Parts: sequence; C-alpha cells; structure tokens
Amino acid sequence: MAARPSARDAAASLNNSATSAGGDAQNAANLKPIQVKLVLLGEAAVGKSSLVLRFVNNEFQENKEPTIGAAFLTQKCKLDDKIIKYEIWDTAGQERFHSLAPMYYRNAQAAVVVYDITKPASLDKAKSWVKELQRQANPNIVIALVGNKLDLEATARGVPREEAQAYATEAGLLFSEASAKTGDNVMDVFTEIAKKIPLDQLLASRGRAGGAASGSGAAAGGRVDLNAGPGGRNAQPGGCAC
Amino acid sequence: MDESYDVIVLGTGLTECILSGLLSVEGKKVLHMDRNDYYGGESASLNLTQLYRKFRPDQQPPSQFGRDRDWNVDLIPKFAMASGEFTNILYHTDVTRYLEFRQIAGSYVYRDGRISKVPSNQTEAVSSPLMGIFEKRRAKKFFEFVQGYDFNNPATHQGLDLNTVPMTEVYKKFGLEPGTQDFVGHALALHLDDSYMTQPAKETYERICLYMNSMARYGKSPYIYPLYGLGELPQGFARLSAIYGGTYMLNKKVDELVYEDGKIVGVKSEGEVAKTKAVIGDPSYFPDKVKKTGQVVRAICILNHPIPNTADADSIQIVIPQKQVNRGHDIYIAAVSYAHNVAAKDYWTAIVSTIVETSDPEKELQPAMALLGPIAEKFISVSDLYEPVADGRADGVYITKSYDATSHFETTCQDVKDVYKRVTGNDLKVEGKVKKQEEGGAGAE
Ligand SMILES: Nc1nc2c(ncn2[C@@H]2O[C@H](COP(=O)(O)OP(=O)(O)O)[C@@H](O)[C@H]2O)c(=O)[nH]1
Ligand SMILES: [Mg+2]
Repeated sequence: MAARPSARDAAASLNNSATSAGGDAQNAANLKPIQVKLVLLGEAAVGKSSLVLRFVNNEFQENKEPTIGAAFLTQKCKLDDKIIKYEIWDTAGQERFHSLAPMYYRNAQAAVVVYDITKPASLDKAKSWVKELQRQANPNIVIALVGNKLDLEATARGVPREEAQAYATEAGLLFSEASAKTGDNVMDVFTEIAKKIPLDQLLASRGRAGGAASGSGAAAGGRVDLNAGPGGRNAQPGGCAC
Repeated sequence: MDESYDVIVLGTGLTECILSGLLSVEGKKVLHMDRNDYYGGESASLNLTQLYRKFRPDQQPPSQFGRDRDWNVDLIPKFAMASGEFTNILYHTDVTRYLEFRQIAGSYVYRDGRISKVPSNQTEAVSSPLMGIFEKRRAKKFFEFVQGYDFNNPATHQGLDLNTVPMTEVYKKFGLEPGTQDFVGHALALHLDDSYMTQPAKETYERICLYMNSMARYGKSPYIYPLYGLGELPQGFARLSAIYGGTYMLNKKVDELVYEDGKIVGVKSEGEVAKTKAVIGDPSYFPDKVKKTGQVVRAICILNHPIPNTADADSIQIVIPQKQVNRGHDIYIAAVSYAHNVAAKDYWTAIVSTIVETSDPEKELQPAMALLGPIAEKFISVSDLYEPVADGRADGVYITKSYDATSHFETTCQDVKDVYKRVTGNDLKVEGKVKKQEEGGAGAE
C-alpha cells in the first residue's frame, strides 16, 4: 500500500488505549510485530468496509466504493511489550451473493462479525457467520460481535443492545456497539481483540511450524515463500540447471 | 444481475478463476457464476462429507477418519512446478499473498519392479540405483550437453540441432539405454507416452529444463503444493477478481445462453438476463459445443501410513513409465498428507491416475495400487476429457479444456493463455500485471 497519512493517528490513539498496563516503548520498538490475520464478516452494507477504513485511516466516506486492488490493509497495534500487526481482510464484496470462499477465514486469528443495529435480520446473519467460524475456522479464533451504525440509535434502532449482548455472552464473543461514521468505539474493538489473542501460543506454534499459524499438524520445515519472487535463489533464466 | 458485463464467466474451476482475475485486473467488468454452492468445480478440494456425498451418497464417513474439517481431498491430482509458468502467474498477480505453499518431499520413478528417488543433487545422483556405473557416465555427458546447449551457439550443439532432430537421435548420440530413456522422457520431461521420441527434441529439452530448474529452486523435488489443498487456488484467483471489482454468484443455475444472430448477448439465470458480449466457461456448461478427447481414470486412496519405500515421505510423486508396465500411457501417483492440512493426523491421500486404454479402467491402475500398501478407503472416478469444437471468435463463447492427466499446471496455463488471446486479441503478459503490495503477506515474516 502507498503511504496512509492518517494511519499514524489511528495507531497513536490505539497505543493510548492499549498500553494502560504500561509497556516499555523503547523495548517494544525493537520487537518484531506479530502478524495477526483478521477477517470481517457480516451481511452486505452493515458497514464492514467502513469500520476498516475508520480503524486504518481514521476516515469515513458516505457511499464509498471499496478500494480497488487492496488485498488487505494493515495496521499496527501496540500492546504491553508486544506489537501486533493486523492484516485485515475485507470481503471484496464476495458476501453479497453468499459467495465468500472458505479460504477467506482460513487461519484467521481474529474475526469481526458485524451487524447493523437498525436491521434485526443482519444479526441473524451475523449469528450464522459465528456458527460457520466455530465449525470451520481456527479453534482459537477470537471473535468480536459488533453492532454498527450506533449513530442511528436514536431514530432507527431495531436490535436491543441487551439482546445482542446476551447472545454474545452465551456464545463467548467480545461485544460492542460502534459507529464507523462517528468513530465511536471503533478503536476499542481492535484493542480488545488484541488483548484476547493468545499471543504466546501463537508465537510458539509459529516457531514450530516455521510459518504463519497453522491448523492441524503441519510439521516443521518444507514451507516455501513464493513472495520472494518467481526467479528464486537458484533459478537460471533461460538456462538449464542440470 | 439485470446488468451489462464485459465478460460473464461460468464455472469457478482454476482456469476460469485465473481468467476472471486477469480480466478484472485489466478493468473489465466481470460476472462470475457457478451452479455449485462451492468454489472450484472440478478443481475443488472436498471435505469428508462432500467426498462421501459425491462417491457414496448412501454412506456416512466412518468415524475413524476424524473431523470433517481436517480433510481437503483433491479430485484432480496436480502439483505446481516451482519454476513453472503457474508459479509465475501466482507471483505476478500477488495471489501468493493468500496462500501458503509447501514442498512435495520427493519425486520417484518406477523401474524394473521397484521405485527409486529421482536424484535431487549430485550426491544422490552418484549413489542412485537407477543406473549402472557406465550408464551414469553416459548420462552425465547427456546432462552436460543439455546444460550447455545454447540455441544461438552452434558450438554447443555437438551436431544436433534440437529444433529439427528427433529425440531418438539425441538418445542414440549419447548411447542411452532404454531404461534411461524412460527416466529422461517420463520422470524428467514428464511425457505421458512415447510419441515425443519422433518429435523434434526441442520440447523435451525445454521440459527437462523446467524440471531441473524447478528442482534447483527448493531442492528435494520440483513440486510445491498449497496448504489445505488445490481447491485454495481457484479461491485465491476468485478473490483477486473480486478485489478488482468482479461480481461472484455461487449456487446459480444457468437456464439459457441468449444469442442474437448467432452471437452471444446474455446469460439467463433464474428468470433474469445478464447482458454481455463474451462468455467464458468450462465444458460442462456447453455440452453441445465440445468434443470428447479421451478419458482419465483416477483412484483417490486414503492411507493411514506413508507409501512404502519412500523413507516415510509426507508427500511424493511416483511416475510409472508406460513401457515398464506394458502400457501406452504412464501411471502417476500423487500423495499428500496431514503435513499439508489435507487429511486428519497420520493420514495420507494418494491419487493414482492414468489415461484410459481399456474397458476396465480400474484394473489399469493395478500396478500402481500395488505400491501403496494397505488402502483404508478408495474412490474411483472415470472422467471424460473435453475441448471446444470452435475457438469462440464466431459466437463469443470461449470454452476452456478439461483438466488433463499431466501432473502439473503447465497445460492449464497454456489454456489460460489461449483463451485470453482469443477473448482479448492480445498475448498474455503477466509481468507487472498487478501493483504488488509490499508489506504484509500470509506467509512467514
Ligand atoms: N449512519 C451510518 N452509516 C454507515 C456506518 N457505517 C457504514 N455506513 C454506511 O452503510 C453503507 C454500507 O457500508 P459499507 O462499509 O460499504 O458496508 P459493507 O458492505 O458491510 O462493507 C454505506 O453507505 C456506508 O456509508 C455508520 O456507522 N453509520
Ligand atoms: Mg464492503
């Protein structure tokens, strides 16, 4: 991604809320960020992309088309003596006709499942996504249920807060209501997730697997990094490596 | 759906998804539909429930196989050549960001009733039982010739112009034994039959180079494989397409292709018509516009042990050259395991496949099945291979080919290039296609 000037502000505000335990800034600066895959799920138009843009760029644009060509956005979040780098996967519109691929939430360490507090049906859809995640995703995944469009609460609330809260508690999810439009509670969603992710376990399993988080039984070694380039270290363009 | 699109793509197999991704990246407005409620069509990977529903609809998966979610069983066995065109496309479209790859641990070849590892380095070559000491010397001269060959420098040709001389001449010149010819032509050049022998040697030379360069890239074997199975590949390219504006609809039946004056103008589904000037799709959507070119038999086998005599490899390819078992086409074994997140812990899946030559296809696989040891469960499929009867320029309907019996995706890439050229009029140039994201990535950091 090109420079995102406002990302700094978002990160800064996050740091403020995330470091209540008082991490050693000097120490943290030297640490390698821990990469965490976070996915957005929920019905179309509940405000998933808007929440991401608020979190990453601290901006909100009415009726904004999704960013063409952005595979995912990244945002860092400092927590005590660790730095988490969220790699945030948006749906790219594939939820619109129920065509989201399983690959999307595979290996995600965190999921933000969004509904629209003005639309009761969107909570039902959110619940079915939670079920799907519990069935298919990484068993340690941290799930946050977020009721978006809190700014419309006074005029158009359709889902009582208590109802959603009760469901979230029962299902073991983080819960909050937020507004991508005003920015209310948006940063907190990501901070609370960061606190709940079992980072030590994550790091330990990565050490073993020699790569990103893995599901059942990936043995050590054998991973290859294709992002290093098509040529590879030994490739001989036009020649033959007999 | 009641809209106009530049291209409508039918079926979410790998070929269609790559094309959809490439066209979306170029700014084309793409609608991509599949009649199934999952991605991948023929190139999907199935969990146990889906696998049993497909092959044993009246049976539940046995509990010994564990959790459904641990299984991602391919229907069509293929690996990616580490330095092949498919890997090149993955890299230049940044689809590598969504996938994690792992090496295939070894490549084996069958000779005189036993399997041996295809040497992956000098040390292995010296100790390999595949050739006797004198034959090794002759083979060494042959490989030195291949390595040094330069089409622009006749001094390197040793009198053999690979553009014109058949491969038989090359074998003769270096005095290679029939067993070594099998090794070179089938285990390295990955020819499926012996028709290459009388063709100009250039293609075989290029295939040997592809194998060797791929082997040199990561060692062990020339192949890499995506964690969670091949079904991840079409999903990755579908995401690429969606990110560049492509619209995806699964579980969408195609009622009718709408033509005007013999040219495609739309696709009708569930009562609505999406307008377009071009349709791309797999053969199953156009039964009256394709012809059958052959049949492939595949046995998907579940094992609770590594394949015998492979040093407990977590994954392998075995090539059984046709002549070794008195056939006209090679038999392949492709095995992957829980190490690739495609099976429950301590399970392997091995797919045995070949081109059908008789009326008893399953029996043709016998020499390969005998190498697997005890088989916990097997599923047999016999698939027809199709290709389009026309190139699509007349009616705007561009049809892809079925996935063939080769062990890798190079022919799939050739099909992608062919269809791309027919649809756009241009040669596919994948380099610089996508502005690559410089940070992040699904892989290790
Ligand atoms: N009032 C209000 N509108 C919002 C909020 N978040 C998103 N929207 C609007 O809801 C619509 C859908 O948002 P989008 O982020 O595209 O939803 P997505 O489909 O879930 O990604 C857009 O018109 C947004 O401007 C919010 O917090 N409050
Ligand atoms: Mg969106």
